[in-house]
Amino acid sequence: MQSANLLTAITFLPLAGSAALLILRRDDHAWIRLFALLTACAEFVLSLLLLRGFQAGNALYQFEELHAWISSPPIHYHVGVDGISVFLVLLTTFLTPLAMLASWPSITTRVREFFLMMLVLETGMIGVFVALDLFLFFVFWEVMLMPMYFLIGIWGHERRIYATLKFVLYTMFGSILMLIGILWLYNLTGTFDLPVIQLLLQTGQTTLTRRAELMLFGAFFLAFAIKVPLFPLHTWLPDAHTEAPTAGSVLLAGVLLKMGTYGMLRFCLPLFPDASRRLAPYIAVLAIIGILYGALVAMVQPDLKRLVAYSSVSHLGFVVLGIFAFNNISIQGALYQMLNHGVSTGALFLVAGMLYDRRHTHLIAEYGGLATPMPVFSALFLFVCLSSLGLPMLNGFVGEFLILLGTFERHAGWAAFAATGVILSAVYLLWAYQRVVFGDVTVEKNRSLPDATRRERVILFTAAVVILFMGISSPLFTRRMEASSQNVLNQMARPQSYLARSAGAPTGTLAAKPSPPAAQDAQQGPGRP
Amino acid sequence: MFPSLEDAYRLAPELLLCAFGMLVMLIDPFVPRARKSAVTGLGVLGAALALGATALPAIHLGTAFSGLLRIDGFSVFVHVVVGAVALLVILGSEDYLAREQLPQGEYYALVLFATVGMGVMASAQELVTAFLGLEVSSISSYILASYRRNVPKSNESALKYFLLGSFATAFFLYGVAMVYGATGTTRLEDVQAAVTDGKAIGLLLTLGLGMIFVGLAFKVATAPFQIWTPDVYEGAPTPVTALLSSGPKAAAFALLLRILFVAFPAAGDTWFLVVWVSAALTMFVGNLAALVQTNLKRMLAYSSIAHAGYVLVAFSARNEIGIAAVLFYLVAYALMKLGAFILVAQLGGAGEQRLEINDYAGLGEQQPVAAACLTLYLFSLLGLPVTAGFLGKFYIFKAAVNSGLLWLVTLMAINSVIGAYYYLRVIVVMYMREPQQKWTPAPFPPAVALVLLLTAAGTIYLGLFPSAVMSFATQSALSLR
Repeated sequence: MQSANLLTAITFLPLAGSAALLILRRDDHAWIRLFALLTACAEFVLSLLLLRGFQAGNALYQFEELHAWISSPPIHYHVGVDGISVFLVLLTTFLTPLAMLASWPSITTRVREFFLMMLVLETGMIGVFVALDLFLFFVFWEVMLMPMYFLIGIWGHERRIYATLKFVLYTMFGSILMLIGILWLYNLTGTFDLPVIQLLLQTGQTTLTRRAELMLFGAFFLAFAIKVPLFPLHTWLPDAHTEAPTAGSVLLAGVLLKMGTYGMLRFCLPLFPDASRRLAPYIAVLAIIGILYGALVAMVQPDLKRLVAYSSVSHLGFVVLGIFAFNNISIQGALYQMLNHGVSTGALFLVAGMLYDRRHTHLIAEYGGLATPMPVFSALFLFVCLSSLGLPMLNGFVGEFLILLGTFERHAGWAAFAATGVILSAVYLLWAYQRVVFGDVTVEKNRSLPDATRRERVILFTAAVVILFMGISSPLFTRRMEASSQNVLNQMARPQSYLARSAGAPTGTLAAKPSPPAAQDAQQGPGRP
Repeated sequence: MFPSLEDAYRLAPELLLCAFGMLVMLIDPFVPRARKSAVTGLGVLGAALALGATALPAIHLGTAFSGLLRIDGFSVFVHVVVGAVALLVILGSEDYLAREQLPQGEYYALVLFATVGMGVMASAQELVTAFLGLEVSSISSYILASYRRNVPKSNESALKYFLLGSFATAFFLYGVAMVYGATGTTRLEDVQAAVTDGKAIGLLLTLGLGMIFVGLAFKVATAPFQIWTPDVYEGAPTPVTALLSSGPKAAAFALLLRILFVAFPAAGDTWFLVVWVSAALTMFVGNLAALVQTNLKRMLAYSSIAHAGYVLVAFSARNEIGIAAVLFYLVAYALMKLGAFILVAQLGGAGEQRLEINDYAGLGEQQPVAAACLTLYLFSLLGLPVTAGFLGKFYIFKAAVNSGLLWLVTLMAINSVIGAYYYLRVIVVMYMREPQQKWTPAPFPPAVALVLLLTAAGTIYLGLFPSAVMSFATQSALSLR
C-alpha cells in the first residue's frame, strides 16, 4: 500500500507552508511561529507514513514518482526512497521542528523571514534525499544553499557575513564541478535518470574508460567531500557552525553534512566502483586524519560551539571510513552513524544555544558549576554528551561499533587508528562538560541562571528519548537499511550483478526500462564515444 | 527588382518601428508638457506592434530584397528578443525621463530606431546590409548614451563610446572589404561557397574574418575589446544601460553567429581558437574586475562582460546545441540584466545618486519587494537553480561538454564561483548590513512595476519551464544551416 504522491507531498509541504506564511502579518510573531511549527510537525507526521509503507527487505526505490519535466534534454521529476534515504528524510523532518522550537525566543528580528527560510530549507533538504534524477538532485542541492546563506548571514553571530560567504562559495565550487560531471555522464549515457544510468553502467551498455571514471568520480566526490567535510576541506565548517544561529547550526550539522556522505553512497560507489576502490586507501587515510585531527582540535577549543563543530569533523570521518571500507556492516554503521550524529550533535548545538540564550556567549570559561542552578538542564546535557561519545546503550555506540567492526574485517589498521578517535571524543566532550557544569560557580551571573524551561525540556527530552530508542532498538533501523547497503555493494561488483540480472533476477519497476525519451536522446547524443 | 509584398511582410517589424519612430518625433513637439505620457503610449504601441508583427515574417519565411535579408527561425527569434527589450525599456524609462527632466520624444524614437538596426542585423544575409544594421543601431546608441547632456560623466562616456565604437565599425567595414577582395562577394552563402571551393585568397580572408570578429567583439564587449563597457554603462542613463546591455548585444551576437556559421563553417578551426581564447579571457577579465567594484552600475557592467564570455563558450561548441544555448542565454540574460538595470534606475533616485553598493544597506527591510526582485536577478546572474540564468548556464555547459571542451567548461565553472562572490556581496549589503540612510518607501510607478513583474516572472518561469523557449531556440539554431 503506497500512496501515489506521498513523497511529493512530503517534499513540498514545507514550501507550501512558507508561501502561506507570507499571508500572515509581518509583526504577528506568535502566529508566525506557531504556524511554522505546526507545518513542520505535520510534515514529521506525514513522513512517518513513509515508514509504514516501507518494505524492509526491498533494495529498490520505493514510493517512486516519475513525471516528464523538461523536454530537451530529457529531464524528469523522478523521486523515490530506499533504505539509504528514507531515514535521512525522517531525520530532516525530525530535526526541523526541534530547531524551530529552539529559535522561539532567540529570533526576534524578521521572524517571518526566518521561519520562511527554515521551511524552504526543509524542502531543499528533503528534495536532495529523494531526487532520483541527477538534474533534479542538483537543483535541490543548490537551492538549499540559498536559505542557509540567509540564515547564517542575517541571524548569525558577529562574524556571520564572513562565515556565510565562505560556506556558500566553498559549496558552490564543489557543486559546479559536480554539474560538469553530471553533464558528462549525460553525454555518455543520454539520460539524467539515476536508476537508468545505474542500469546502463551495470549491464555494460555504457562503459567508462579508466580516466573518465576517475575524473567523474573526482567531480562528484569533491562536491561531497566539501560538504561532509573531509579533511582538508573542512575549513568552512567551524566558521559556519559557530556563526550560524542555533537552528542553522542544528540543521547544518544534523542534515547538511549528511548530504555529502549520502552522495558518496548514492553516486560515487555505485556509479564509479573502480575509481572508488582505487582511491579508497587515500580517502580512508584522509578520513582517519579527520577523525584524529577533529578530535584533537576540538579538545583545545575555548568556545563550546566551535568544539561541537570540530567534533563533527571527527564524527563524519567515521562515516566516510565506514563507507569506503566497502563492507555491508560498515556501510550500515555509517548510515546509522549519520542518523546518530544528526540527533546527538543537533542536540549538542541545541544545548549550546540554550546556554547562549541565557548568557550570550559560547565561551566555556564563562560557565562552570551550572549543576547547581540548572540541575535538569545539566542532566540532559550529560545524556547528550554520553550519546555523542558513544556510550553503550545509547545511539552513538551502535554506529561507531558497526563501523569499526566492519572496517576491522577488511583493514585492521584503519580500524585501530580510528578507534583512538572514540577515546578522544570521550576526552573532549567530558572535559568540556566538566568545565561547564561541575566545580564552583566562577562567574557571579551564572548563580541565578534559570533552569531549563518547559519548552527547552520538551526539546531535550524528545532528543533524549530518540537517543535512547536508537541505542536499544537499532535492529528496527538496520533491518530496513540492510538490503539497500547490500545493493550498493552489489552494484560495485559489476560483472557479478550483470550475471545475476541476466539470470532473471527481478529488477526495479521503473528502473528496468529506460524511459523512451531518454533512450531516444542517447541515440542522437553526438558526444558518445 | 521592385520589392514585392512578400518582402514588405518580411520586413514588417522594421517598417513599423521606423513609422512609429518618425511619428513619435513628429508628434512630440505638439504635445504639451503635461501630456507627455501620450508620447510614451505611442512609443509603447510602436514597440508592441513591432513585437506582434514578428508573426508576419514568421509566416513568410524566406529571403527578402533579392537575398539581402534572410528571414528564418533564427531571425524571428532575435526579433522577438530585441522587440521585447525595446518594449520593456520604453516602459521602464518614462518615469526616469520625467524625473531627470529629459526630453521624451527623441528618446523613444531613438530606441525604436536602434531596434530597427538590431532587427536588420538579425536577418542580414549580406555583409554590407549587416553593416547598415550595425550602424543604425550604433548611432542611435551613441546618442542615447549621451542623453543626459548636462552631466559631464555622461558626455565623457558617450564620447568614448562614439570614438571607440566608430573605430570598431570601421574595423568591421574593413573586414567586409577584405572578405570581398578575397572571395568577390559579400553574400554569406557565396562567401561560404568560395571558401569551400578553395577559390578564396587565404590570407586576405583570414584577415577579413579577423577584422569582422574584432568589430563585433567590440559591440558585445569581449576581452580585449571591453574597455569602453564600464565607463559607458556607468555614464549612460540607467534605462539606456539596460538597453545597451541586452538588445544590441543580442543582435551583435546573432550577427556574429550568422557570419561564423553561415559564411565560415569551413574556416572553423581558425576562428575556434580565437573564440576559445577570447571566451576564457573575457570571463576572467569581467569577473576579476567586478570583484573590486563599489558602484553597482559598474559592477553590473563588468558582470555583463563576464556573461559575454559565457556566451562565447557556447560559440566554441561549434554546433547547433551551442547556437541554441546562445539563443536561450540571450533571452535569460536580457530578462535579468534588464530587470536589474531598470530597478537600479528606479532606486537610484533623482540624479542617480544612489549607485554605490553600500547605499543599498538595509534595503531588504525597508523595501522588501524591490530587494527581493534585485535578489532574484542577482541569483539568476549567479546561476542558482529555479532561475533563467541557471538554465542558460546549464545549456552552455551542456553544449560545451558535448563538444568535449572540458577545460573551457572548468574555467567557466571557476568563473561562476568568482562571480558568486560579488553578486552575493550585494545581497549581503541589502539584507545583512545596517542601513546608513533612510529609504523612502516611494511606490513604484506602474509602468516600472510592470517591467519588474514581467522580468521577474520571466526569470522564474524560464527557470522552471524552459522547454518552450528552448525548443524554439533549437529550431532557430537549425535554420542557420
